[in-house]
Amino acid sequence: MATETFYYDNKIVRNFAQATLIWGIVGMLVGIIIAFKLVFPEFLGGIAELSYGRLRPLHTNAVIFAFAGNAIFLGIYYSLQRLCKARMWSDTLSKMNFWGWQAIIVSAAVTLPLGYTQSKEYAELEWPIAIAIAIVWVIFGINMMMTIYKRRVKHMYVAIWFFIATFVTVAILHIVNNLVLPVSFLKSYSIYAGVQDALVQWWYGHNAVAFFLTTPFLGFMYYFIPKAANRPIYSYRLSIVHFWALIFIYIWAGPHHLLYTALPGWAQSLGVVFSVMLIAPSWGGMINGLFTLRGAWDRVRKDPVLKFLVVGVTAYGMATFEGPMMSFKNVNAIVHYTDYIISHVHTAALLWNGGLTFAMLYFIIPRIFNTPLYSVKLANFHFWMATLGTVIYVIPIYWGGVVQSLMWKEFNDAGTLMYPNFMETVSHLIPMYFARAIGGTMFFVGILAGMYNLQKTMRSGSLISDEKAEANAAEFRADRRKGGSFHRWLEASPTQFTVLTVVAIMIGGVVEYIPTALVKSNVPTIESVKPYSPLELVGRDIYIAEGCVGCHSQMIRPFRSETERYGEYSKAGEFVYDRPFLWGSKRTGPDLHRIGGKYPDSWHYMHFMDSRSTSPGSIMPSYPWFLDRKINLDEVPAKIRVLQRLGVPYRDGYDQEAVADLRAQAEEIAGGLQAAGFEADWDSHMIAVIAYLQRLGVDIKASPQATSE
Amino acid sequence: MRRNVIESIQGIEIFPLISLVIFFVFFAILIIWVIRLKRKDLDEYSKMPLEEDEPHNQISNIDKKNKEVDHE
Repeated sequence: MATETFYYDNKIVRNFAQATLIWGIVGMLVGIIIAFKLVFPEFLGGIAELSYGRLRPLHTNAVIFAFAGNAIFLGIYYSLQRLCKARMWSDTLSKMNFWGWQAIIVSAAVTLPLGYTQSKEYAELEWPIAIAIAIVWVIFGINMMMTIYKRRVKHMYVAIWFFIATFVTVAILHIVNNLVLPVSFLKSYSIYAGVQDALVQWWYGHNAVAFFLTTPFLGFMYYFIPKAANRPIYSYRLSIVHFWALIFIYIWAGPHHLLYTALPGWAQSLGVVFSVMLIAPSWGGMINGLFTLRGAWDRVRKDPVLKFLVVGVTAYGMATFEGPMMSFKNVNAIVHYTDYIISHVHTAALLWNGGLTFAMLYFIIPRIFNTPLYSVKLANFHFWMATLGTVIYVIPIYWGGVVQSLMWKEFNDAGTLMYPNFMETVSHLIPMYFARAIGGTMFFVGILAGMYNLQKTMRSGSLISDEKAEANAAEFRADRRKGGSFHRWLEASPTQFTVLTVVAIMIGGVVEYIPTALVKSNVPTIESVKPYSPLELVGRDIYIAEGCVGCHSQMIRPFRSETERYGEYSKAGEFVYDRPFLWGSKRTGPDLHRIGGKYPDSWHYMHFMDSRSTSPGSIMPSYPWFLDRKINLDEVPAKIRVLQRLGVPYRDGYDQEAVADLRAQAEEIAGGLQAAGFEADWDSHMIAVIAYLQRLGVDIKASPQATSE
Repeated sequence: MRRNVIESIQGIEIFPLISLVIFFVFFAILIIWVIRLKRKDLDEYSKMPLEEDEPHNQISNIDKKNKEVDHE
């Protein structure tokens, strides 16, 4: 019997572990900063690059793609080698994966505060970075798939299936959602507009949660729980059902982010049905993970790795129960646009993704450094800070979200809104925002303790860069015989397995995507809706760059409480020139879809300079740089041309007239402001943003008859 | 032009039926697979993560106070 000797690459695992820790600290620190900004609006105020709207996407991108992203590579590079009994296929590709990913993160950390953003949630990064992400992701995929092909065991363990699904699905989602036409090096317009853009974005957004934050971590659950508990998985049969059912159903559920919006009804219903069905595979997986610990629960008391795993999987169960519940239209009517969603997300992100990541770190680092953990006590401290910090974070915001929503919806006996002033509902939230910031800080202290503990552990041991391992190659070859069941064959055939995975995820994607993208009758056109003027277009791009969408929706749902407060509900046909769509997902401030014409220009001027001068109690920061910063007029013709290519009906040659039109409109607004006693240059950001806001939602008033074909 | 491809979907009523069939077939096949798997193979697969037995893989995070470290 020939025994082959080979070496696992632990150095790359160590590198990803360090990156996970460092970016985790950075991402969460930014989270704490923006949490405090909601309590103290002028905290770090007056600096454009550090304003809430720009830092929020930095926080989400840092924790998702930098922290969880590096954790995904950490876990896969560690477990895949061992499950395949093979070193990663190419050290060069491993290094390209590592350094490429870090370069992408750094470029995100630079461009997002500078205001370069596509504004679609979790897909903010502009096109050159989006292309780099695709390339690095494919490098990772090739390295992983080739390692699987070169494995020295026949069967692909269930964790590997989840890794394969992660790779192929994220690649597809990322590419489809980032189809844009560039205007310049860091500015582009989505090829989708309005409703279609919203549907594609949330098909992406929902499945990014599914295939970036769920499937790889389920793979880790299937690997690290058995390892840490020294028990085989509870039911391998259940894991097969779990995998196929989960990836098949997940992809359909995206429209639950768009209930009661202008999205076609059939797509909303489809989203609800599949979201409710999702509870079955999700809980099947959770049960499989927790039941693996039967007979080993005494160890959970002692081992911080198991503690993090158990709390993580439990949080996964809570979040995947909440998800389907929030997809019911009547529940969604209450929780959507509120901070409830933020709590839901953080239950999962902090405890499920965070918990599993810390479990992996505490498991892997002592092993690859061949030394015991520096301090188990400190790890236990980390665990309790993480758990209690999350509890203190989520509970006030869960509560606050529901309370605020009920206040938005409450009517008095006279039949008018009980709280017509939005600020009244905001001031109720401030103590809860404060508690949230404290909880987040506790979580952060925990991760600092973890960082110290793990660095000390690394110092006290020495890295086994190339870990010796052996496998019986002859046994493997003998095992390659044909026969057995179909699934047995499939589990041993990576190519066929991957193809089938793609088929499973494509069915739902195609059914949802193609009709909305192609069927014109899904978006009834409205005669009076016209393209934006050049000045409004520029103002809209500033609105995007400042991240206004992070707090303001532009989508009034057809509820009496919303039409009373904001005006006529939003129609699909009103968004046909919105590239990208700006419906938003959270109302920290009021909806803006019918803001046009509601207040004079001077009101907006004062509101931007000091929001509390017009709206006492407002937590919006001030935007003094709107007066200093000038519109880039050189870019305007290019913007018009790109939009023409995308089908926006500007007349031929309009790109050459656009700047003159822009100036005429801007000077009119500046003149009006001057008459009211406010100074602003015609080419300042202030004028453009005011022009955009005054245009919002007014087209439909020009002629009330909407033509639906 | 691109938009006109499926502009007029005829017989859209059949879509729910097709969906039901797709789902039924998908889960029926899945269940059959799973039931047909052999106990012996499953046991072997589920032990895969536990197969490494290098000594340093036995490093435990168990608190030093609870020295009765349990490695069966």
